[in-house]
Amino acid sequence: MNREWAAILRSKWFPASVGITAALAIAGLLVGFVVLPLADRNEQFHSVWDAICSAAGLIQNAAREPVVQANYPTTRVELTPRMLRGASAESIGRGATLALRCTMCHGARGLSEANTPNLAGQYAVVIYKQLMDFKTGARVSAVMAPLVGDLSDQDMRDLAAYYAYLPRVPASRPAGEPPQIVASGAPLRSIAPCGACHGELASKPGAAWLEGQPFDYLRTQLQDFASGARRNDIGEQMRNVARGMTVAEIDAASRFYAGLRGPTGSQADASSKQH
Amino acid sequence: MILAHFWLAFAGFGAALPLGAWQMYIRSPLHGWISDPEWYYRSVTAHGTTMAYVFPTLVAMGFGYFVAEAALQRPLIGLRWAWLGFALVVIGTVTAIIPVALGLASVLYTFYPPMIGNPFYYIGVVLVVVGSWIWVALMGINMQRWKRDNPGTPVPFPMFATVAGAYLWGWTAVGAALELLFQIIPAALGLSRTIDAGLARVFFSWTLHAIVYFWLMPTYIAYYTILPRAIGGRLYSDAMGRLSFILFLVVAMPIGVHHLFADPEVGSGFKFLHSVFTALVALPTLLTVFTICASVEIAGRLRGGKGVLGWLAALPWRNPVMLGAALSFVMLGFGGAGGLINMSYQLDSTIHNTQWVTGHFHLIFGGAIVIMYFVIAYDLWPHLTGRSLDSLGLMRAQLWTWFVGMIVLTFPWHYVGILGMPRRMAFYDYSDPVIAAQAASVTMSVIGAAILVVSGALFFLVLARGHAAPRTAPPAYRFSVAVRPPRALPAALNGFGLWLGLMIALTLVNYGFPIAHLLATPGTAVPTVNVGALR
Repeated sequence: MNREWAAILRSKWFPASVGITAALAIAGLLVGFVVLPLADRNEQFHSVWDAICSAAGLIQNAAREPVVQANYPTTRVELTPRMLRGASAESIGRGATLALRCTMCHGARGLSEANTPNLAGQYAVVIYKQLMDFKTGARVSAVMAPLVGDLSDQDMRDLAAYYAYLPRVPASRPAGEPPQIVASGAPLRSIAPCGACHGELASKPGAAWLEGQPFDYLRTQLQDFASGARRNDIGEQMRNVARGMTVAEIDAASRFYAGLRGPTGSQADASSKQH
Repeated sequence: MILAHFWLAFAGFGAALPLGAWQMYIRSPLHGWISDPEWYYRSVTAHGTTMAYVFPTLVAMGFGYFVAEAALQRPLIGLRWAWLGFALVVIGTVTAIIPVALGLASVLYTFYPPMIGNPFYYIGVVLVVVGSWIWVALMGINMQRWKRDNPGTPVPFPMFATVAGAYLWGWTAVGAALELLFQIIPAALGLSRTIDAGLARVFFSWTLHAIVYFWLMPTYIAYYTILPRAIGGRLYSDAMGRLSFILFLVVAMPIGVHHLFADPEVGSGFKFLHSVFTALVALPTLLTVFTICASVEIAGRLRGGKGVLGWLAALPWRNPVMLGAALSFVMLGFGGAGGLINMSYQLDSTIHNTQWVTGHFHLIFGGAIVIMYFVIAYDLWPHLTGRSLDSLGLMRAQLWTWFVGMIVLTFPWHYVGILGMPRRMAFYDYSDPVIAAQAASVTMSVIGAAILVVSGALFFLVLARGHAAPRTAPPAYRFSVAVRPPRALPAALNGFGLWLGLMIALTLVNYGFPIAHLLATPGTAVPTVNVGALR
């Protein structure tokens, strides 16, 4: 082995191969780290060293851009996965008392007869966030705004605990496959499946439990997200989704979650009235 | 033992081939949207893991052991170790494929952290790699011992080339091994909830490009050592062959960052540097094309071919080895031309992460490389089984259908990539006007995939008929002989010390800083996304 190495080191192969490799590497380094960065007119480097650092991928201290502020009230609720878990019985009881003022629209046990949302069994964080948003004006409603005006933070937590504690409306799944928009979304338009956040398989903090909600309510909310009338989704996630949805898809998703059969038709409307 | 390697390799190939065709069908306009895309990714993971890790590794190992015995003309040293390596590959394959089949590791064969699957999947892959490292060590030891016993005599070229491939694999697998052992497996075992996905991708790129050359090695070895002999010619130049394999060893590895052109964690300077060295890999391929064409011309002229192109007509086109190598060259030419686009820092941006890339590596690996695996099998089988393969017509039909199927599969595949069709998606809405125009091309690819499945079945038919044939005593196996067989070689062309040194030095230059920088930068880890777990 050593004799072999001695022979290699003596031969012209050693200087030639090492020299050619090193020359190629140095030429590549020079072009990649000096020539090309300096030739880029979009970059303003102070020195050659600056250009080398940039090409090496070192993080530079870029000037801080001011954060763009929305020109409308935005939600102030910060959601975390474990928020409002494990409410006390006292909190639920206080919530039940406070909820008496909600029964006119949302029903005595959180089940609506008036095309307003069914609140029974809704996630606590969802109720809490919407109440806060109504109060701060992030979500606009002529009916809700005066009702939440005098609620304290603890009141809202108690209300959320109470409604989350109530049993859900029994799901009335229409037979057959869910509509494509619910199960698969529309990948080409960057629309995630509704079921990925609002469904039985997966739920994300802050996304509402949609099953059994009234058709008119669901459709109106999607239309409002699409038009920008509702904008308390701080990352614009629902506005982006709703804007990309077709009228038929909004209709199909709303029907599916409302538990209605088929794409359209008078029979489905009739059953919705019965419901 | 060699036969066991080949049979396990082809069994994996046979199982994974229909999966590939099914995937092509599922995402084509011939099938509606798959309601549960998880099945699609599960299938892609099984197809990729089998075709990329198990199949070529076993072919390289089996062929390597065969070359070591046939070229050095003595029994393999370390036969028990070889069986141990084989056992590790078998155990690793089973360990990896069970979680994949259960849907617990649908992360695709390239792992894609921060996605994290079942730990047994990764452990299985590591076992396969460790099994192949035993083969790497055995190849090196067998060559060293032979050199010690035959001082001053040049190492036979087939063995030299095989050891080059083994050393290349030994070093290039280190990247993925580091990624698996220090990053992914701890996360999969729950020891860590975060992972530096950028660093993991850099480590994987260390493996990802040269692994293709590792797959390519048996094919190139067959070009040099089987083809000229099989058609009655001679190898044009032994030294040129050695130089090609040495160049592969030195420059095939430190170029993987060209897979990360769109990644933010590596600086543009390093991307350019890797692009330069990627361009250099074209050199050994061009050397090979020249040497092999010259060798084939020698055969054509020996067979009485005259004139500028007359030797082409004189070639034994009905010989499956000749036919397979020619078809392989055509696919290598198209695939190589496409590869020039992938490796160019700017051109890559037009096709990055599109179906072009998938089409490209299927044409190169599935086409140019795998068709030579068939040829190797046809050439070795009589020597491995002691029974002759007589179904020459069937072999030609198999090679032609593989070629036609691969072209019909991959040409439209490249085309939809240029149109912008993204890869790694389970469904495409062809009713959308944006991609409606791609529907016809994808349908053509499905037809290509179906032809390939038929060709795969023909391949197994040929081998099965061989096993059913009566016993014969084939003559001793011969490799090609060079026009001027080397009597004495410079030490540099008869060993790998110098070249391994250069390979490692180039790795340090090209990868050292990006890896060190990512290791030293705080806050680069992201939460893991566990695949197959209940959320």
